Amino acid sequence: MDHVGALPYFTEVCGYNGPIYMSYPTKALSPLMLEDYRRVMVDRRGEEELFTTTHITNCMKKVIAIDLKQTIQVDEDLQIRAYYAGHVLGAVMVYAKVGDAAIVYTGDYNMTTDRHLGAAKIDRLQLDLLISESTYATTIRGSKYPREREFLQAVHKCVAGGGKALIPSFALGRAQELCMLLDDYWERMNIKVPIYFSSGLTIQANMYYKMLISWTSQNVKEKHNTHNPFDFKNVKDFDRSLIHAPGPCVLFATPGMLCAGFSLEVFKHWAPSPLNLVALPGYSVAGTVGHKLMAGKPTTVDLYNGTKVDVRCKIHQVAFSPHTDAKGIMDLTKFLSPKNVVLVHGEKPSMMILKDKITSELDIPCFVPANGETVSVASTTFVKANASDMFLKSCSNPNLKFSNSTQLRVTDQRTSDGVLVIEKSKKAKIVYQDEVSELLHEKNHVVSLAYCCPVKAKGESDNDVDLIKQLSAKILKTVSGAQIHESEDCLQVGSFKGSLCLKEKCMHRPEISSCSEAVFLCCNWSVADLELGWEIINVMKLNLDNTCKVKGDLL
Amino acid sequence: MELTCLSKGDGFHYPPCHMLNLCGFRILIDCPLDLSAITIFSPVPYDVGFEASEYPSSDVSLDAQNPIQKKQKLERQLTRADLVCAEPWYKTVKALHLWEASLIDIVLISNPMGLLGLPFLTQSPGFCAKIYMTEATAKIGQLMMEDLVSMHKEFRCFYGPGDSSYPGWIKDLDSQKVPALLKKVVFGESGDDLGSWMRLYSLDDVESCMKKVQVVKFAEEVCYNGTLIIKALSSGLDIGACNWLINGPNASLSYVSNSILVSLHARNFDINGLKGLDVMVYSDFSCLQSAEVTENGCISPNPDNNYLSTISIDNKDEDLAASLLNTEDSLEEMEKLAFVCSCAAESADAGGSTLITITRVGIVLQLLELMSDYIESSSLKVPIFVISSVAEELLAYTNTIPEWLCDQRQEELISGEPWFDHLKFIKDLKFIKDEKIHLFPAIHSPNLITSWQEPCIVFAPHCSLRLGPSVQLLQRWRGDPKSLLVLEDGISSGLALLPFRPVAMKVLQCSFLSGIRLQKLPTLISILQPKIVLVPDAVSQRINLSEMKINSILNFSENKTLHVPRIADNSSVEITTDLASKLSWRKLRQRENFGIARLKGELQMEDGKHRLVTGLEQEESSGKARPLRYWGTVAQEPLLGALLKMGIKGSIEHSTSENGSENSMIHIANPSRGLIETSEMCTAIVAEDENVAYQILQGIDEVLDGI
Repeated sequence: MDHVGALPYFTEVCGYNGPIYMSYPTKALSPLMLEDYRRVMVDRRGEEELFTTTHITNCMKKVIAIDLKQTIQVDEDLQIRAYYAGHVLGAVMVYAKVGDAAIVYTGDYNMTTDRHLGAAKIDRLQLDLLISESTYATTIRGSKYPREREFLQAVHKCVAGGGKALIPSFALGRAQELCMLLDDYWERMNIKVPIYFSSGLTIQANMYYKMLISWTSQNVKEKHNTHNPFDFKNVKDFDRSLIHAPGPCVLFATPGMLCAGFSLEVFKHWAPSPLNLVALPGYSVAGTVGHKLMAGKPTTVDLYNGTKVDVRCKIHQVAFSPHTDAKGIMDLTKFLSPKNVVLVHGEKPSMMILKDKITSELDIPCFVPANGETVSVASTTFVKANASDMFLKSCSNPNLKFSNSTQLRVTDQRTSDGVLVIEKSKKAKIVYQDEVSELLHEKNHVVSLAYCCPVKAKGESDNDVDLIKQLSAKILKTVSGAQIHESEDCLQVGSFKGSLCLKEKCMHRPEISSCSEAVFLCCNWSVADLELGWEIINVMKLNLDNTCKVKGDLL
Repeated sequence: MELTCLSKGDGFHYPPCHMLNLCGFRILIDCPLDLSAITIFSPVPYDVGFEASEYPSSDVSLDAQNPIQKKQKLERQLTRADLVCAEPWYKTVKALHLWEASLIDIVLISNPMGLLGLPFLTQSPGFCAKIYMTEATAKIGQLMMEDLVSMHKEFRCFYGPGDSSYPGWIKDLDSQKVPALLKKVVFGESGDDLGSWMRLYSLDDVESCMKKVQVVKFAEEVCYNGTLIIKALSSGLDIGACNWLINGPNASLSYVSNSILVSLHARNFDINGLKGLDVMVYSDFSCLQSAEVTENGCISPNPDNNYLSTISIDNKDEDLAASLLNTEDSLEEMEKLAFVCSCAAESADAGGSTLITITRVGIVLQLLELMSDYIESSSLKVPIFVISSVAEELLAYTNTIPEWLCDQRQEELISGEPWFDHLKFIKDLKFIKDEKIHLFPAIHSPNLITSWQEPCIVFAPHCSLRLGPSVQLLQRWRGDPKSLLVLEDGISSGLALLPFRPVAMKVLQCSFLSGIRLQKLPTLISILQPKIVLVPDAVSQRINLSEMKINSILNFSENKTLHVPRIADNSSVEITTDLASKLSWRKLRQRENFGIARLKGELQMEDGKHRLVTGLEQEESSGKARPLRYWGTVAQEPLLGALLKMGIKGSIEHSTSENGSENSMIHIANPSRGLIETSEMCTAIVAEDENVAYQILQGIDEVLDGI
């Protein structure tokens, strides 16, 4: 009700004409509640009406009904999706996405499975922002069962003593939940005392519940095949004449909080008897009779029109409400791990406590804006680029690099073979490194290093094949993880190639080595293997020095 | 992308079956059963002596009357005795058996009929595909399979437990004497259909099959393997029936199965969701079955072809959509339904009963609704019986899924009415004596006999007239000329009615719309504007689509694989801004408009998109990585200058190599000896000293662009 109350005013009087989305149950139940609300406001309280019945009808015609998880493209940019919230029948959390930025807005939700409704259910989404309800920001509620038992025993005691039990309740949710409890209990205990629903609204709401069975909890859905849990066996329609009928009974009457209407009227008649019971489910707004009854133990209560009523009946507060508690909010926030959180609805001090908790425990920035205040948060954006097939192909193969500084480190550098190219006023492109020059209409230029390295003094007897083998064994010892390919007169490590140089005078032999009559290995390697190349050269130089030394010693 | 049509199906009850290869994933679309094939089996005889004694000479005399047929001994008329007296086997899609089940990645089921063969597939060893279907399809399909199993149980009871591995009945069919028609059904046109016959699954098989299913909500987007985003959009055919929208990293694809544009009960065909995609697979073969086409031969595309072309120039989508969504077809359907009702009422008036064997959920619901209204408004007092093991659950379920119903029925939800009227009669009138609709799970239900009265109107499966309560009722009423049998189109009434001949009761065979009318196809395509349309060749032979303003139209045919060319040249990659800001950018020398950077991070597949996100790698120690690729040419003078700044002195020497290309060398003398050998395409640095070589490289970096 609190979420839909002003809708007809907004569309019909203020003139909003954009799209309106609602879940199926909400669409079905809203007109009933709006009409009821309008009646209570106008007929009973005599306030000026903000909208008429025709307004309600016209407004509801504009509503587009949506299913859970149905993904709707509202316009080019905006996409919305509803997730099950479990607060009341038809309550949803809304996921909205514009471009790359995404948020979830949730009104009331319920993180634990109810007797008739399931727990909130949402995918693990990547969110920039979560806007959450925080009505019970500091409450942590334990198991519901002891409180359910308390409630049942209170009602049972009352009717066993011949009293009448009044349960003022709004049509949706609580009435059904409590009624299921009672119906079940009646069945078990074989109690024959009648349970009544005040006419109209609640009965109709129950009928919708039956049809919207897919929105209820798993437990209820499974039972649906054999027995409809909303076909209450002991529940009957209440008639005004029954107010003064003798004998015990249980009555669910609208509206809740005893603020006006039929429930208040019945209260007036039943309150003076000490046998009777008033069970108040949920929260009551300050100023209502419900609130006064809960606040203390008054002996008399002022009704709105000035009449006083003696209150001798028992008062029982039913303390399970379908709003989520602090743990629920924390759980949802932790599950979704959004980049930011905004808390709405609730009392400021407890919201601040929850805010601190979210900031410290989950390390997520949290905001508690006052009415009219604007909060800005950064949103996700992606840089979009076209990728070439060659790049994607190269990315599908691992490109592992081993480095061995202090301990062996393995990194996968497949993306580093890709190059992002941005040209002004054009879409960015990702290409494989070999394709860059083509993209720029340039020719590749290969830069390589070369060195014709002396490896051994000439004149020794062992042949060249052994020399290559010796060298590769030495290289393997120093250069970890090197894959050496060797053949008769050359060896190859990565891009490093070395072959025996038989030329008298090689271009790549910048200096005449100290061992004048030496065997040379003419090497070249690419820039990519710069370090590797020098490492190998150093190994070979060392090898030469050693052999020279040995030779020198021998001489 | 590749498409293979495994079976073009046959009408509503046997939807087409396709195999799609998309982004390397193998996707099976629908897995139906050819239930019309079980008409070759003889029904369970309920009357004692029904088979032999009741009409002993009827078939023989039929032959005797026709001298021509007597001569053609091989092609003689099919008789009741030819039907196979054995526990029926069921015919699956033949070509599906040629595929390795364990290599299927995804199974999409687009309507309840496409689900009936799935337990056979899920039983195969190694089957591990993800199965997607809408919630309503799963529920209704499961009920239909359970119904099939329970109806089949009668055969099991009658014939006893047989050999489960080998169909003994096939032996007798191989002889010369067997009529060709029968052989064709059993062995297929090419004679190799034998392997497609399967023994029916059990309830346990159905259950274990359904456990593997992932249900999707109406228009929910699900992501497979991070790569494909799959969405079910209503097709209008029936409750839960859908078309599929698949979004991959390279292309978007729609699979349009048998669809109804404007439905009387289910949610309409979702046009907007399918607009502007890359590929559209049009697999609606229904037009091949409809009589109008076969009578007229080739339909000239449309009388309003000119109208179409003028509109497409103006590009008025709404006008086109309006012409597509006119209610002409649905009115026609409404008339058909009303006609069935009036026929039933007529025969009830005359004291005859009506047996309706239609099993299409949507049609049954509408008929029930119309029929009960019809009876209420008339003076007739005929009860309606629905006899099916799943009727109660099915009818209750159809009243809990507002999202699958058409707008008008959704409106009724707002006013608090059940959206299928029949519920009103079942639930609310339970307390009143003259209940209008009676639901019974089976013909031998204890309450049935007490409330039974004739004439009556009975809805009973199965449309093949071999299974379920319809068999018994047909045997009861076949001799009554006042009674009426309502058959569904799509089964050959000759073969279906064979075991019940001679049939004195009236037979009404009605065909309901089960696909898009051929004339509407061009308009549909011009609204959806796909870049490539895949159309069955049988369809494109009947309608000229070449004038359409579509990039390309490709034809596919049964059991042939069609390769579809790639549409987008480049795949899209999204880079997080976080990562993009960390890249080290290089400016290019002569091109101020360009910025290039080497990538880092990890390439991931998320929500059907390539995404480059910050990886686990630590920051590289050296601030700026050295270029690995160069382009352009080295200018010597600037290089010398750059080297000089670093304290390296060199001199240039030009030479021409043997093959005539220009080479130049820079000799380095100081601090140690070295050489830079450059040509147009490459540069080699020769140096003994590592540091000198490194400095020369830095010099080159200054004169050459690289990355």
